[in-house]
Amino acid sequence: MILNQFLILAALLFCMGVYGLLVRRNAVMVLLSVELMLAAVNINLVALEAFWQTSEALGQILAVFIITIAAAEVGIGLAIILLIFRNRRSANVDELNLMRW
Amino acid sequence: MGFEDWAAEPLNWVFLAVALATTISGLRVVTSPNVVHAALFLVAALAGTAAIFLLLAAEFLAWVLVLVYIGAVIVLFLFGIMITRAPTGRDEAEVDHQRRLPALLVSAALFALLSWGLLSQWGDTTLDGITAGTPTSVLAEGLLGRFVFPFEVVGFVLLAALVGGITIARRDLSPAEERERESR
Repeated sequence: MILNQFLILAALLFCMGVYGLLVRRNAVMVLLSVELMLAAVNINLVALEAFWQTSEALGQILAVFIITIAAAEVGIGLAIILLIFRNRRSANVDELNLMRW
Repeated sequence: MGFEDWAAEPLNWVFLAVALATTISGLRVVTSPNVVHAALFLVAALAGTAAIFLLLAAEFLAWVLVLVYIGAVIVLFLFGIMITRAPTGRDEAEVDHQRRLPALLVSAALFALLSWGLLSQWGDTTLDGITAGTPTSVLAEGLLGRFVFPFEVVGFVLLAALVGGITIARRDLSPAEERERESR
């Protein structure tokens, strides 16, 4: 196995996440795209850890932290979306111009 | 390393199958018009990611991903989807912007830039140090030894997110409802 096959797969997943982030209008789907990008970052970290073989598995430890923070982010993000939906009857990110100016 | 050498390694074909499945489900996550389908395709994409972790000898991390993401985060997502698609659902008609082409251009350009950088940096460097697996004790010693402070901080962040999530999502009673509850 070569290193680049993993890194390019991660780049592909990340770019699909960027596309979803730009094109989706429903806030929940924007969060789904962010999850895709975070998974790509984790693949990157684990692949480079398998390449460098640090004695403490630093890349995997960092990936554990990223997974934890991502779980917290989803919880808070969905709570905020829920609150916005309750107030505006919509989870469309285009209509959220409440704090625009 | 030519393509023949690469194809002679059976693990590479496993990688190819997993990568293909992951890519297709990732693509469906960002293109599917149905929100629930998008969330379920994210499950497939994350399962593919876990399989990639297994190929890279990160077993513990693979099962953490399965437990935390497929077990908990997706359930949270489905819950959020069900709540935010109320009968009034104005979002059902269109889930995507009109401006798909610029977004496609941006992400394609980013992918071209990233893969150009990766190819020029790593070329065909092989991954040959992969052993049977990373012992979980190594991760445990790292998490509870050198990285014990970040570990505690992350625990605190999770607690704060839990409390914050409840506080934000809780429905506050209107003054009239509050008075009614007190009089009861």
